[in-house]
Amino acid sequence: MLLLLLLIPLASAALALAIAADTPRRLILTLAAAAHLALTVAAFAAPPAAALGGLLDLDPLGHLFLAATSLLFLAASVYAVGYLRAEGKGQRRDFQEGAAFSNAPERIFTACLLVFLAAMTLVACTRNLGALWVGVEGTTLASAPLIYFHRHRRSLEATWKYLLICSVGIALALLGNILLSVAFYDPAAASTSMNLTDLAARAHVAQAPWLKAAFICILVGYGVKMGLAPMHNWLPDAHSQSPSLVSALLSGALLNCAFLGILRAHQICVLTGLEAFSQELLTIFGLISMATAAAFIVGQGDYKRLLAYSSVEHMGLLALSVGVGGGAVFGGMLHLLGHSLTKGMLFLVSGNILALYRTRSCHDTRGMARAMPITAALWTAGFLAIAGSPPFGLFVSEFSVLSAMIRQGHTAIACATLTSLAVIFVGMSVPVLRMVQGPRPPAVTGEAREDFFAVAPPLALCALVLMLGLYLPESLIVILTRAAGVVVKGL
Amino acid sequence: MNVAALFEPLMIALILTNLALLVTSRTGVLIRLIAAQGAILAFAPLFPSSNLPVHLALLCLAVFAIKAVAFPYLLSRTLRRIDADPLIEPYLGANLSAAAGIGGLLFSLWLEHRLPVPPGLFAPLLFPAALTTIFTGLILVVTRKNALTQVIGYLAAENGIFLFGAPLSRQGSVWLELSILLDVFVGVFVMGIAIHHINKTFESIDVDRFCTLRD
Amino acid sequence: MAAPAVLRILTALVLAPLLLGVINRVKAIFAGRQGRRLSQPYRDLFKLARKGAVYSRTTTWIFKAAPVVSLAAILAVLVLVPLGPGGPALSFTGDFILAVYLLALARAAVVLGALDTGSSFEGMGASREAAFSALAEPALFLCFLVLAASTHGLTLGVLLRGAALSSTAPELALAPIALFIVLLAENSRIPVDDPNTHLELTMIHEVMILDHSGPDLAFIEYGAAVKLWIFCAVLTGAVLPPLTGDPWLDFALAVAGVFACAACVGVVESVMARLRLPRVPKLLALACACATIALILTLWR
Repeated sequence: MLLLLLLIPLASAALALAIAADTPRRLILTLAAAAHLALTVAAFAAPPAAALGGLLDLDPLGHLFLAATSLLFLAASVYAVGYLRAEGKGQRRDFQEGAAFSNAPERIFTACLLVFLAAMTLVACTRNLGALWVGVEGTTLASAPLIYFHRHRRSLEATWKYLLICSVGIALALLGNILLSVAFYDPAAASTSMNLTDLAARAHVAQAPWLKAAFICILVGYGVKMGLAPMHNWLPDAHSQSPSLVSALLSGALLNCAFLGILRAHQICVLTGLEAFSQELLTIFGLISMATAAAFIVGQGDYKRLLAYSSVEHMGLLALSVGVGGGAVFGGMLHLLGHSLTKGMLFLVSGNILALYRTRSCHDTRGMARAMPITAALWTAGFLAIAGSPPFGLFVSEFSVLSAMIRQGHTAIACATLTSLAVIFVGMSVPVLRMVQGPRPPAVTGEAREDFFAVAPPLALCALVLMLGLYLPESLIVILTRAAGVVVKGL
Repeated sequence: MNVAALFEPLMIALILTNLALLVTSRTGVLIRLIAAQGAILAFAPLFPSSNLPVHLALLCLAVFAIKAVAFPYLLSRTLRRIDADPLIEPYLGANLSAAAGIGGLLFSLWLEHRLPVPPGLFAPLLFPAALTTIFTGLILVVTRKNALTQVIGYLAAENGIFLFGAPLSRQGSVWLELSILLDVFVGVFVMGIAIHHINKTFESIDVDRFCTLRD
Repeated sequence: MAAPAVLRILTALVLAPLLLGVINRVKAIFAGRQGRRLSQPYRDLFKLARKGAVYSRTTTWIFKAAPVVSLAAILAVLVLVPLGPGGPALSFTGDFILAVYLLALARAAVVLGALDTGSSFEGMGASREAAFSALAEPALFLCFLVLAASTHGLTLGVLLRGAALSSTAPELALAPIALFIVLLAENSRIPVDDPNTHLELTMIHEVMILDHSGPDLAFIEYGAAVKLWIFCAVLTGAVLPPLTGDPWLDFALAVAGVFACAACVGVVESVMARLRLPRVPKLLALACACATIALILTLWR
């Protein structure tokens, strides 16, 4: 079954490359996404057996990440149908610099999307650190062409930064993994398996200094990819230049995958009794990320960059929740799910805005409420959700993280977090609300694209986020508790 | 002849190639240096003991073919094709880069002193040489404006990581080898493609022209 | 019995100009020419010594003192540097520091003499010479430190017992490389300076002595030859240990080593072009870096 999860996207990618006609290819994309989600949900009912000699092994934590990824991918793939239809072929004018450019071939784009999904599935479905690393590497390879879909200068610049910075980060993560093998080095041992379960069995031979060095390398390495400040430089560029549905996937799924890599390293630290060390580092990076995001969100003039910095903030909060530990981790897991859905929805909506206004400037975008009412409503709701206002799911998660912090006596950290959240709320509300209100600029002509494909996916995501805030089903609470248990207990 | 005695000169040669990478400003020379590093690294898995399992011998051959022959060839072909400016002044001059590299060497020697090295795992000088190579690669990536040089820096960092992983490969952790090949795949193929696009779009591989995206 | 110290000094005094002849001959062979006679440097020196000196009215006693001070300082260094087995004529702890500073004194004298003329060309050459030697000196000291760290000695006699070949530590091979670069820089050879150039704008050493003539010029030229001998002897001492155990044979080997160094200089001059001036500091920094790495690794051991 796990193998199937991996093979569905890969096979569809091959199929997408082979098919010349556009419509069936788009259908395949959606169908693969739907099948993937169906399998993921089915796995909740019947936990799948490990495959490939223990290489593929789904634990509750990975399953949560897989579910978030799969859900978001389905929404993005439905959105992609309408998006790719509207994009069309041939040369077009770049609205910012005026230079002519063309898009990457659609079949390559589709195939890369599916390979991207396969790589993320691998990351979520393994407890082997080597396979996890290969998966994260695979996400970089598959997503670079996605960012360079619009073949103009700025997207190329963003792609290069993304490739270079993330590759160096992943190289560091590899170094971390090697250091980890050194830490667990035992000349007498027969196996050098990097499976978490095997490492747990050998926890007594682990050398603390090497483990610490390994954790630092893995944290920094995957932290680059996760967008933790100060290693976040690629993130706003890549998110603002890629097509909106790719931004949604980058922000809602890819960052999570990198976070999962860090969590696995944290699990090892828990198993070997170095919990305090890893939590301290995670807390520091979390606080820096939130403060950095707050500083860059205030006065940000580009709404896609605004969303990107908001991702930095939420990744910081996730790191912080694990850093505080204990009860905060449950909130963190809920937050992870809520952030994926909300940020995915916001980026999809931003794609609609971009299609009508043809600018990413917050100042030139006015009067959305009249020009595109549904999108405007979704945009406002998404802003309220991402800023953590009730009744959305992120309010619940942020509240539980903060209350756990205060319960555990981390009042200073809670105050810093609250300050950042407040600054970000104000910083985001100004441009977002201004975009919605006011008259429609006379220069903006044309009809708003508010068909099924453009509106339904974000609407569905929005409904889910709302549900997370109003009512948490018992089964979901169980899933989240078990995932949090894996992080807290180590296995 | 004692095989282990040859290891130290090899490591010192590696450190020297790092120094040369840091002070050279010509891309052609850099490519040759990275080829030399690859050739040196191909011998690294042979140490410390002289008995040679078959898979290790094949690995050495593969590493030599890839790191010392294929990549330099691909890189120099790219260099010829894109007709790049041979000299692009770096952000950090040669002297400061060399000083930074020596600082890295000092730091890694100090670190080796601090960390409890499992007995028999690392041959002498392997740890500092590997760490210095990683530092060199990172310095090149961060301080150079030439896209090709950045790729070379990335490869150098990869070389250092490979050297770290080499002693572990005796115990049969296949992941390291696989992952290194995969990573190098990024370095040359994906980045090579990107360089080609950059050169086509910007008519230069000077990444200093990347200045539109900022806050 | 080792060759007496007096003999060694005499050998240096007599054979030093021959080094220039050897370099010239090597270059000629590379260029496919016949080349000057090996004895040509001696003839030049005798010719200059026989002539009278011309002094500009704008110069002072500094200009006249410069050649004498310079030669005297260089000859004093000769006493400190060993050649072959048996050690130098004079030896004490830290004598290599005195040697380096005596060489600096010789250079300072020439630089002052050049500045004394008031000519802008000579001032330019003086500033370049001062700048480059300031960069070469750390490299030289670092090389001595490497040798000191590996031999645990603090006198030139102990330092220069051929550590590079007699030890198994491969990093010691870096010190002679750095020393060779320093040798090229300090003796105004290609790729740092071109001793044969006649274009004032590009010269370093030669431009400083344009105003000297007759015996003064002979002093400076002879001093330069002895300085080259000293550096070659230091390099030989760093590389070549006493091989045979027979003192006279080892002494002969050492002298041969000195000439081999000169031949190497000739080869370098034949196959390399002069570096652009801004690149010279890079070369010297490279020498420093090599020496530093050697020092770090020697201390690590």
